[in-house]
Amino acid sequence: MTGIGRVLVVVYAVMALAATGRSFVQIVEDFANAPLAYSLSAAAALVYVLATVALVKSSSRAWYAVAWVAICFELVGVLVVGTLSLVLPELFSHDATVWSGYGFGYFWVPLALPFVGIWWLVSHRDGAADRDERPAVLEGSSW
Amino acid sequence: MITVFTIVQVAVAVAAGLLCTVLGLANRRPSDLSVGALALVEVLLIAQVVVAIIAPLAGNAPSGSLLEFWVYLVSAVLLPPAAVFWALIERSRWSTVILGVAALSVAIMVWRMQVIWTVQVV
Repeated sequence: MTGIGRVLVVVYAVMALAATGRSFVQIVEDFANAPLAYSLSAAAALVYVLATVALVKSSSRAWYAVAWVAICFELVGVLVVGTLSLVLPELFSHDATVWSGYGFGYFWVPLALPFVGIWWLVSHRDGAADRDERPAVLEGSSW
Repeated sequence: MITVFTIVQVAVAVAAGLLCTVLGLANRRPSDLSVGALALVEVLLIAQVVVAIIAPLAGNAPSGSLLEFWVYLVSAVLLPPAAVFWALIERSRWSTVILGVAALSVAIMVWRMQVIWTVQVV
């Protein structure tokens, strides 16, 4: 995990934080009103957390596979829930999930992120991450 | 929340975010400038914590969910230190971009907090 991949991890981490926070509030305050939408919200949050961890550890083969599954789940999630929220808005009438309207409440980051994630995974197959630019750690430059 | 203070926070966070993103893409490692910009964002967030505690007592109560508000505020407060910590342990250009991403996220979260506090759709 080097270079721009780290930025990807951070964006995933921020989305994980946002989705977890949101679903926590929904479940604590209002679960009975929309169990389907709020359970989806919680699932989305868990998968963002999983994707973040899997990307960090993606130089191992197993985690690389986990990253693929998590990111594909998100892509399907944002497309299906995004479409449903427009076609059948009553399903999600109480409160949105991160995926409602293709993630418009989050500047469409949830829609863009899986594509960037897949691009990153494709270009870093089999631990290729370890071969590209090394991070400039611990050099004695001034700052 | 205090609207003027919200605007100041969002403006500072957006400026810090753009500055760090540009510096990072221009190949700069985290510097006093970029880390300092995040420190400023953090100081304003801590002031916001104080405001959020005192404002309801002073008659400026939130119209939305206080729990949701605090989830956003606590998350936002955690972001800049996390990004700065990253910048300290790994001094590459991408750490500077990460500082920028964190600051931009804070800007969005502060704005969302203002909406929770003041505007109710229902």
